[in-house]
Amino acid sequence: MRTSFGERLVDLAVSGFLWGFRILIVSVIVLGTFFTLQAGKYTGEQWIDFIVFGISQGSIYALIALGYTMVYGILRMINFAHGEIFMSGAFAAYFLATWLNTMGFIDSNPVLGLLLPILFAMIMSALIAMLVERIAYRPLREAPRLVPLISAIGASFFLQYTFRGFFGPGVYAYPPIAALDGEWTILGIHVLKVQVVVAVAAGIMMAILYAIVMFTKVGKAMRAVSENKDTAALMGIDVNRIIVMTFAVGAAMAGAAGVLYALIYRQVNFFMGFVPGVKAFTSAVLGGIGNIPGAMVGGIVLGIFESVGPSLFLEGLGIPRPYQLKDAIAYTMLVMILLFRPSGILGERLTTKKA
Amino acid sequence: MKKENFIWAAAKIGLLGGVISIFLTLIGMVEVFDKRDVVEKIITLGMFLPVAVSFTAGFLASKRTSDLFGENKILFNLLSGLIAGLFTGLLLMFLVMFGTSVNLRAVFLNASPTLFKLLTFGKESGGETLLVLYGAVIGLIGGGFHLLPTMIRRPLTRAIFFLIFMALFSGLFRVVMINQGESASKLAKYLFGQTGMTLNGALIFFFGVVLVSVLWDSQGQKVQTRVATMPKSGQLTLRVLVILLIAYIALGLPLVSGPFIAQVIVIISLYILMGLGLNITLGFAGLLDLGFVAFYAIGAYTVGLLTSYGPFGLQHVSFWIAVPIAVLVAMMFGAILGLPVLGVRGDYLAIATLGFGEIVRLLAGSDFLAKFFGGPQGVIGIQKPCLGILEAFVKTDVPRVCGGIELAKPQDIYYLAVVSAILIAFIAWRLRESRLGRAWMAIREDEDVAEALGINLVQTKLLAYMLGAAFAGLGGAIFTVLVGSIFASSMQLIVSINVVALIIVGGMGSIPGVIVGAITLIGLPELLREVSEFRFLLYGTTLIIMMLAKPEGLWPSQSAKRELHHADADNVAAETA
Repeated sequence: MRTSFGERLVDLAVSGFLWGFRILIVSVIVLGTFFTLQAGKYTGEQWIDFIVFGISQGSIYALIALGYTMVYGILRMINFAHGEIFMSGAFAAYFLATWLNTMGFIDSNPVLGLLLPILFAMIMSALIAMLVERIAYRPLREAPRLVPLISAIGASFFLQYTFRGFFGPGVYAYPPIAALDGEWTILGIHVLKVQVVVAVAAGIMMAILYAIVMFTKVGKAMRAVSENKDTAALMGIDVNRIIVMTFAVGAAMAGAAGVLYALIYRQVNFFMGFVPGVKAFTSAVLGGIGNIPGAMVGGIVLGIFESVGPSLFLEGLGIPRPYQLKDAIAYTMLVMILLFRPSGILGERLTTKKA
Repeated sequence: MKKENFIWAAAKIGLLGGVISIFLTLIGMVEVFDKRDVVEKIITLGMFLPVAVSFTAGFLASKRTSDLFGENKILFNLLSGLIAGLFTGLLLMFLVMFGTSVNLRAVFLNASPTLFKLLTFGKESGGETLLVLYGAVIGLIGGGFHLLPTMIRRPLTRAIFFLIFMALFSGLFRVVMINQGESASKLAKYLFGQTGMTLNGALIFFFGVVLVSVLWDSQGQKVQTRVATMPKSGQLTLRVLVILLIAYIALGLPLVSGPFIAQVIVIISLYILMGLGLNITLGFAGLLDLGFVAFYAIGAYTVGLLTSYGPFGLQHVSFWIAVPIAVLVAMMFGAILGLPVLGVRGDYLAIATLGFGEIVRLLAGSDFLAKFFGGPQGVIGIQKPCLGILEAFVKTDVPRVCGGIELAKPQDIYYLAVVSAILIAFIAWRLRESRLGRAWMAIREDEDVAEALGINLVQTKLLAYMLGAAFAGLGGAIFTVLVGSIFASSMQLIVSINVVALIIVGGMGSIPGVIVGAITLIGLPELLREVSEFRFLLYGTTLIIMMLAKPEGLWPSQSAKRELHHADADNVAAETA
């Protein structure tokens, strides 16, 4: 096609600008890292602390990201209300755990005291997600793409402020589990017990989910539906049921993540779902949206970057209180990944295996 | 259909209504709204909610029964209404009984003794039974209402809705009328009480609307045909008259309404301005931009830094110099931020722009850039705009006295915002029919087809994005001089969501829609303090309901209407064929 000189000039400017942007980001990372390491302010142990915290934080993101990725894989829509599902799980667990705590149950049975709230949170989150799907998403399945997204934003606000209305705007303190206080020493490294438990629990959940998707009949059906809804329906799969199941399973993961989050930060609030929700979405994009292992990898990578990043990249550049920009790192990563590799880390397999 | 079926259907509707009633109660709406009256000493807005639910349940159950039988069977209709109402009442009664025996408040904050006292009409005992009884009776009335012929039903429905509307705004009308002088003030006190309408006022409005509505139903057709058959010039005069009337109200209202309402009107006008800007990005080009607030912040900070005589002021130039610069800076940032992400598809774009909005807020509020933007302390001491002949070129380092007319009051800023909004509306209106506007709409409908038709996607999208950014910057600039200070913490995502929501409620791509959306979504909650507590809940509900029922908005543009109802039209055509 013939293009005018002016148009070519604009194209050149655009690509030049994009390259400039990439170079800027990379040089910030490289220079920041260089100066920080040169200054030697942090010891090796502190870096390991950062990384361990990043992994436990990232595994929570990964758990939430699973829901985004599974729903996206099947419906090609961003479930904007997923962060609120996460929040509702934390609330459900909070009320159960507080009740158990007043009876002294958590102190006498720390394992059950941890597992019961998680189970309860998973059930409640799944129920709420199914309700949201039924009311706000299902009727819009054939509508233009923006319509369900806006409805999802609406659902997100509805859930947030329903919880605010029911439970008030205050911050609730999740009851402490005495058995999780303190540190363990693994291979000579001191790590907080909570962080290890959270990471392990998240790992188990993800393994269970992966097994469900890969090795059960329902999982097979989910993969079939995400491949092609109409063909799946012709194969005798109840597409509606599978979609609801997907929402429920994803939401259960988010609910569990809510409890784990509450365990680390000890705080439950109606607004807590928003930021982790966006970050989990970033993780899903990072790993390649629609891709289950991708979401797990993306979550961990984001968690580590976010925890290490402020000190590693920004402090070396002489930025005061870099942790204030912790969230900005996550958002920048989102923009970067969209720029550099929109298909995500594990995105290539998307075409063949849309789990 | 069998008899059992309709009873079961009515019960189901009743149960659903009961769940909604319980929801409204536990969320605190009933209690909060109880402070406001619909009709003084007769019914409060709080009690009106469960009444409305029972009534609607009865109505719907009755309608369902008619559908099941294929005709009205008066006895069954009434029975089903009764059943539905009964169940809504029963569920509420269970809530009350449960709440008074168990400490529900440990979980649900609003389940307070006051609430239960309210629900049992302040009676020591027997209140619960009364609740069920009332529910059943109201359901019965609702069921009966369905049986009325449309001729009677429609005026009544309109009158009821009008009554609610008047009750909500009675405070506003009261203030405006009292400011109008002796006789108007007397009338205001006759119609409106402190917290709602008086009984006399309610009756007057009710029968007034019924009368007008009946007249319109019988005569409206004639009037419409007469207008349609009028000569061209006559139609034009009529239209000009309507526009003049609207302009008169829009320009005169802030003068008579007092400072509080003037403030609200300024905020509405600012949101109209920003809505018109985002309307280009979202409504025309179909780019969902959740980072609108970033450009709003950029515009605000640019004006703030250029005009402030506080510690962060850079140039101390006049507002009139600062605004074009702010718009240009916002536009430039629109280009810088837009370029990387405009290649990605719709829903990714939403999240990426959301990320931008957050990045801008975090940076502006951080200690890192605090020496430029004031960090969490913000920028203060921003000069009010001043109208004068050479005002644009005045440059001083100290707070100065304005030589001409200082735009200090909210009312003054309101006119500034209105002028800007008219400017933007004009630009948007001219752009829509231009080649560029058509290219935007082509992209909105189908990117691939648009590209195949030779539209440069990135360039065209970028223009839409930059224009949206420019208008957001203008909105931010005006907001800054209204408040006189900027804080990073006020640049929340919620601003973006507000603008998106008002566009969607009004109708994407429609210019009058933006105005309707801004008045309903921004104005209502600002005016009604009772509502403002639930504004975001209402936003959420509104967004979902709009998407489900009326995705084209309250005042849709013609093309959106056509597109979204295309499928319906096809169905109708298929059915009639």
